Amino acid sequence: MEMQPIKFYQTGTFTVGNRLLEETQRSVQANMERTNSLNSGHRACQGCGEALGARYAIDAAMRATNNQVIATNATGCLEVFSTPYPETSWQIPWIHSLFGNAAAVATGLAAALRVKGRHDVRVIAQGGDGGTTDIGFGCLSGMFERNDDVLYICYDNEAYMNTGVQRSSATPPAARTATTMPVGPQPGNVFGQGKFLPEIAMAHNIPYVATASVAYLRDLENKVHKAMGIHGARYIHIFVPCPLGWGAPSHDTIRLARLVVETGLFPLFEAEHGEVTSVYNIRKRVPVEEYLKPQRRFAHLFGRKPAVEVLTRIQGLADRNIRKYGLLAAGA
Amino acid sequence: MLKQTEGSHAVAEAVALCRPEVICAYPISPQTHIVEGLGEMVKSGQLQNCEFINVESEFAAMSVAIGASAGGARAYTSTASQGLLFMAEAVYNASGLGLPIVMTLANRAIGAPINIWNDHTDAMSVRDSGWIQLFAETNQEAADLHIQAFRLAEELSIPVMVCMDGFILTHAYERLDIPTQEQVDAYLPPYEPRQVLDPREPVSIGAMVGPEAFMEVRYLAHAKQLQALERIPQLAAEFKAVFGRDSGGLLHTYRCEDAKTIMVALGSVLGTVKDTVDEMRDRGVKIGVLGLTSFRPFPLAVVREALKDAERVVVLEKALAVGIGGIVSTNVRMALSGIHLHGYTVIGGLGGRAITRKSLHHHLGLAIQDKLEAVSFLDLNQEVVERELSREREKRRSGPIAENILRDIGVVAAKIS
Repeated sequence: MEMQPIKFYQTGTFTVGNRLLEETQRSVQANMERTNSLNSGHRACQGCGEALGARYAIDAAMRATNNQVIATNATGCLEVFSTPYPETSWQIPWIHSLFGNAAAVATGLAAALRVKGRHDVRVIAQGGDGGTTDIGFGCLSGMFERNDDVLYICYDNEAYMNTGVQRSSATPPAARTATTMPVGPQPGNVFGQGKFLPEIAMAHNIPYVATASVAYLRDLENKVHKAMGIHGARYIHIFVPCPLGWGAPSHDTIRLARLVVETGLFPLFEAEHGEVTSVYNIRKRVPVEEYLKPQRRFAHLFGRKPAVEVLTRIQGLADRNIRKYGLLAAGA
Repeated sequence: MLKQTEGSHAVAEAVALCRPEVICAYPISPQTHIVEGLGEMVKSGQLQNCEFINVESEFAAMSVAIGASAGGARAYTSTASQGLLFMAEAVYNASGLGLPIVMTLANRAIGAPINIWNDHTDAMSVRDSGWIQLFAETNQEAADLHIQAFRLAEELSIPVMVCMDGFILTHAYERLDIPTQEQVDAYLPPYEPRQVLDPREPVSIGAMVGPEAFMEVRYLAHAKQLQALERIPQLAAEFKAVFGRDSGGLLHTYRCEDAKTIMVALGSVLGTVKDTVDEMRDRGVKIGVLGLTSFRPFPLAVVREALKDAERVVVLEKALAVGIGGIVSTNVRMALSGIHLHGYTVIGGLGGRAITRKSLHHHLGLAIQDKLEAVSFLDLNQEVVERELSREREKRRSGPIAENILRDIGVVAAKIS
């Protein structure tokens, strides 16, 4: 899949100037050819980043495989909003088993397909950050380590949203969740904890690891397309804002998903066999405040007496990512 | 073909003859020899068209089996004890989704204190999970039950657990009749799934079900077990027609004609029980044995029929329902509703303690005089228990229980009898 880096933004918005691209280079919401693997009519909240991410990721995988995709799904928002009995929004074969075993169920499916000689059919496992970085981590690491022919996609909205916004190991420092309340001497989630799973995935030396954000849909599609062209264990970690859990307006999902990248807090990159092979360059570096401020989960950092020290530490995390991954374009 | 072989290896051979397509393996004693045997068969090419997957936990083992089964493959795994508990969530999930996975459970105690020896606590902990549970009395039956298990599981689309006593059966070498591939192929047709994940016909499996339909889905699991009550004896009869021997069925009775006392048990201990009963019969005691093969579904009607003319039933259990006593006996009493006979629960063999004829004679002797306590413990060293209780009365920080008791009895290494 060819991809032209997008350099056009509509003034005053965070929407990509899709119409300035050649038609073949556009990420298109709706057309006759789209499979709509996750169909409309599901029960996600308005502005749900996960629904958007899943729709684009699975449709891209369908395009890349001539519609030969089976998906497993960990318990979580995506599972609950897509399949309230007796309805389903999935147009593809899909299974939900448990919270912590989406990767292992996918391993079993891939084995079944191999033994049945169905080499054209590909398996994708999906989960939220809790199902991926916490409870499903053992099964995920096992799947990686065996290099099973599965693409695992984590939709990361940085907390357990389905159960009412509790902290996960993907929750960022200082963020308010129901279990890291903005009270006491260190309000919100503490510093020095948590894990960045893409790097742990890389440590397994699997063929392909990538991060993506729903603000960069063409990039997301491209990475899924690329992943489906590879056999073995693959991992894509997609940043998906959650208006409800973050206390952010529904219409800011794309804006936040872009700002997290432009600040450097969430690096977009690809890695093959444990080595970074490409990074998305930040075009216009943005201070972290711009990303944090619109979200009520960080409201305690602003108020009458801004938590300057905390903001400096968060800026430090962004700066570290920029340094570590070389996120600044030459001259930026 | 007759051969001298280990119970575990016989099961591995029987499973291999069933042409499994995905086997997930995670080591835990005493089931390891089974998956080791299968792993070697796959690697050597003896068992073809089969994926052997070394997983990272029992939870993953059952989860991989779930995925494989939902993908239309015949899936098998094996576990024991803590492993079964670790996969418990997926055990319920497999039956809830109606996936015909077959699993061997090499029965072993559950800790703490950690103990690798045989009892039935593991199996009993998931007795209501929706799995069919069949208990093997001998290694021949263990091997045979696996062949019947795949047939039963796939016909009804529910998972089957074949329980065999850890070490006592799994590690025992004896002469066994290993069937031929032709026999097994004649008995077990290829797996035709009721539901399968396939892009040619997309379905969603595992939807969220609320109060409007959950009762019905759960009841269907029960209804299928009731169907199994009918199919299990039929499949055993068909098995005999092809393989020429009795194996399986709901239960077996032994010398129950005119018996006033009947001992109920399951698994390998039935051998010792039968020997004891023979000796008592020689002395003129009217006593018999009821061996349960199918614990889930529990054959209420057949058990009732077998026990209705007796005066007393003594249930020997290798598991303890802490806080009440018996598990099997509670089930047996369900079968006896309205029948007046004396019921006794004897808990024995926990953590691998040998169940001897001597001890059985003692307890059965008391039972036939109706002098046995309602719940009694075979060879329980009451003195050791009292010593620990008094220690706890005397001082707050009395220390770790198991270590105290081991110190009291001076055991430095595990001793079975």
